[in-house]
Amino acid sequence: MMRSARLARLSRRRVLKGMLNGAAVTVGLPLLDCLLCDSGQALASGAPLPLRFVTWFWGLGGNSSVFIPKKTGAGFDLPEELLPLERVKQHINVYTNFNAFRDSAPNLCHYTGWIVCRSGIAPIAGEDKPGETIDVTIARTIGRTSRFPTVMVTSNGDMRTSFSYENANSVNAAEPSPLNLYTRIFGPDYQDPNADGFTPSPRIMARKSVLSGVLDQTRELEKAVGAEDRARLDQYFTGLRDLERQFDQQLTKPDPIAACHKVETPGQDPRPGIDADIVAQRHRQLTDLMVMALACDQTRVFNMAYSAAFAATIKPGYEKPHHTTTHEEPIDKATGYQPIASWFARRAMEEWAYFVDAFSKVREGDGTLLDNSLIYASTDTNWARIHSIDGIPMFTAGRAGGRVRTGLHVDGGGTAATRVGYTAMKVFGVDAASWGTKSNATSSEVSEILA
Amino acid sequence: MLYPPARWTGRRYPPARGIASQVAGIVLLLALASLARAAGTAAAPGDSSATDPADAATPARMRLISQEQYFNSLGYVFGPDIQVAAHFAPFARTDGLVANGSASAGVTIAQMQEFQRTAASIAAQVVSPTNRAYLVPCAPRDEARADDACARKFLLPVGRLLFRRPLDKATAGAIVARSDEAANQLHDFYGGLAAALEGLMMAPQALFIVDRTEPDPARPGDARLDAYSIASRLSFFLWNAAPDDELLRAAEQGQLQNSAGRAKQVDRMLASPRLESGVRAFFDDMLRFDDLAVLAKDPGIYPTFGAETVADAREQTLRTLVEQLIVQKRDYRDLFTSRDTFLSPSLAVIYGVAAPPGWSAYTSPADSPRAGLLTQVSFLAAHAHPGRSSPTLRGKALRELLLCQTVPRPPPNVDFSLLEDANSRLKTARERLDLHRSNPVCGGCHKLTDPIGLAFENFDGAGQYRATERGAPIDASGVLDGKSFNDLAGLSQSLRDHPQLSACLVKRVYGWATGGPTQPSDKPMLGWLGEQFAADGYRLPDLLRTVALSNAFATVRVDAPAQLKAAAPAAKLPAHSAGGKSP
Repeated sequence: MMRSARLARLSRRRVLKGMLNGAAVTVGLPLLDCLLCDSGQALASGAPLPLRFVTWFWGLGGNSSVFIPKKTGAGFDLPEELLPLERVKQHINVYTNFNAFRDSAPNLCHYTGWIVCRSGIAPIAGEDKPGETIDVTIARTIGRTSRFPTVMVTSNGDMRTSFSYENANSVNAAEPSPLNLYTRIFGPDYQDPNADGFTPSPRIMARKSVLSGVLDQTRELEKAVGAEDRARLDQYFTGLRDLERQFDQQLTKPDPIAACHKVETPGQDPRPGIDADIVAQRHRQLTDLMVMALACDQTRVFNMAYSAAFAATIKPGYEKPHHTTTHEEPIDKATGYQPIASWFARRAMEEWAYFVDAFSKVREGDGTLLDNSLIYASTDTNWARIHSIDGIPMFTAGRAGGRVRTGLHVDGGGTAATRVGYTAMKVFGVDAASWGTKSNATSSEVSEILA
Repeated sequence: MLYPPARWTGRRYPPARGIASQVAGIVLLLALASLARAAGTAAAPGDSSATDPADAATPARMRLISQEQYFNSLGYVFGPDIQVAAHFAPFARTDGLVANGSASAGVTIAQMQEFQRTAASIAAQVVSPTNRAYLVPCAPRDEARADDACARKFLLPVGRLLFRRPLDKATAGAIVARSDEAANQLHDFYGGLAAALEGLMMAPQALFIVDRTEPDPARPGDARLDAYSIASRLSFFLWNAAPDDELLRAAEQGQLQNSAGRAKQVDRMLASPRLESGVRAFFDDMLRFDDLAVLAKDPGIYPTFGAETVADAREQTLRTLVEQLIVQKRDYRDLFTSRDTFLSPSLAVIYGVAAPPGWSAYTSPADSPRAGLLTQVSFLAAHAHPGRSSPTLRGKALRELLLCQTVPRPPPNVDFSLLEDANSRLKTARERLDLHRSNPVCGGCHKLTDPIGLAFENFDGAGQYRATERGAPIDASGVLDGKSFNDLAGLSQSLRDHPQLSACLVKRVYGWATGGPTQPSDKPMLGWLGEQFAADGYRLPDLLRTVALSNAFATVRVDAPAQLKAAAPAAKLPAHSAGGKSP
């Protein structure tokens, strides 16, 4: 059994026996098997530091000639568009020459690429959302013990910009507002693990009791609908069960977490807009909040979208948004690439560097939050100008508790891009013999990065 | 316990009360006139039961309630003092409407958390010391313990409104018992009430709008919606909210299963101020105004276009629609040529005219290029780039939103070299797009969008008028499916006369009404509705009435799966304009 599989069963919760309004309360807890851990790093209670899986998305890839490092392995070079990554280079891996295969499906512009990288399956139509996204899969293994199994946030201000879905009809809407995100995570329902006292809320007990009645009503309704709608009710039912689990958690004193610090409210959201400066401001606010959400163990899986696949980010004063620029800007004969399109790609890489850096600044155990995370970054195209999904670039960052090596450039040799996602799944102990379908199916991990 | 629409914090554009009250009066008169006609021999609009296609029916659906429906419904139950700030996941736009996606939408764990958070917030407010005095119709004998009778008096009527049907005896007993149990546990009657109310709001019967069926006695072997399901369909169709007490009573009494009873309720609903919320929500969806929520322009290029402009642009169009279609009951097609609208100061800047504070009626001069919805900022700015116009996006929007056509997606591998090399010397969008259309890979689709999209070029990306682009005069002439025009006014007239304009509205209304995408088998019904719409002078209230009173509206297609994803094919593009596959 892999270590992460054991982690999935671990709980940092302790058995609580106490009095609740005069009534004896016992909250049953899973076996605390931290003594089985092989990690030297642990929380104050002795439970191991949790592993986190995070995704990051940027739209429209880059200009290959100034995006793809010439050298592979350790000590790779940073071409012009990757120069913003200098300060985090030792924390990341760059993946090039991996392909998103569409087989007989059409190449759906700005869609096929990201869907393959996140679900392992080529979509057959513009609204097709095959399978489920990788964050949902991994959250099923590592996210069930935290308050939020998976969270989706976006920097472009549009809650529809989501790269996370449970199935074709169940997209995890993105949170675009730092203020709303703060309220959701650190608002009234937040339990500070480092708070001095702890009093189980009797209202949560009442709420949980009422929830069991709602579950009964779901069963009654199932008789009135057809098979497809019953599946939707089953999904709703699963959501109720998860709420029950959350209520149980709220009745239990959380273990103190040294890395968790008080988070200040953002005060107000950045002004509306998608110019690169405002997107960056929103991205940094959301990043800072989510990093602390991880450190405080509110979630172990989250997704950040820097931009949409059809990125409409604008350069102030320049009339064309990013996507239009990639198609209409002439290639500069001297440099061999589209200079404004490259400006957009560089701004994205600046934010990718900020994102990784934010993880590395949170001390956790003997290392940092980044050491206990694996961040998977993907895009929708290689060269957006022609919607190429061959050689689609990807990154990872973080060492996943020592399981992954960093500071590498890996040349995929034309193999499936899904190998990177599959490697992540195996790192987190997902029980999957392979991932993806048709040419995207893989059971081959990227062995170069495994420690 | 019924109140006017709430002013919800999550709602950015409260309906105009002045218009609402006018709607109520005028539509009531029209409805009474309809009833009078129905009593005589002349056929009233919507008296369709004898003539709509005999086999027309719709699938029984299970819809997830939308955020706006949830807000509206709770607002009508608990009143305007309850504040809700929820963020429900949007549905996937299906067959032209986000609302159609509700028929297949699932509930993620994240969404369930949002439902719970919202329900907890509302329940706490309802029983708060401030609100309980007028929202809870009784006081407990002892606030520190359960009071079965008082809990029952509050929870059962509220449950009936939230579930849109009476609670059965077992459910009612269980809910009251849980309230009592929680009250005793918490030593707080109102705390118990809040917990039970929270459970009601999260129950599947509240969150899913389920079409329940029963055998149709008029057609042995067929099925029809049960009375409460008809009530819900009517209510979400016309009000975008749950049924009120009177509609539920009509359902209880079996009135909705006969044409006279249903007509009485439909006419009451058409006369209600709530109709405005329903009509606004429908056009909000049909015109893709969800895009406006994230619309922003480059302030360096369009310094006068800000967030207030976007909000007012949406409000201008919705006010115009309500005023002309509901209050004045004008011909739907005339929306596209009418010079009457409303202006706010932020829009007046874009229009280049003066306007007093607030909203005021505005009629553009005869020599103004502003006439009809196509010249409103909500269309011009929404279908443009942040820093420039876009004939392609505007042409595509016209075809897809207003004519229900589908413009194919662009091909993946487009050669832009011709365009790029010449870019610097091409001054106008027409010159640039002429090059695009000369490329056979791109030309097919651009021939669909650009000849009409270029007609908008006298308006920049913010919707401001301009006579030239980079010093070159703008040629706004073009062709819409064989009809030539010289400028945007000409395009608007051609659109007004286009047969698919009204057919598209009928298709969208029918999907909205029946809770899901239209299907190929709906074609005869859509054709018949189109004929009725034309015969009634293209008046929207008449179309709503016709749909609501049709047999198909309440008849269930037994052999059809509940969730048919395949929508009726989009309207065919005219042969002479259909070409290749690429933009």
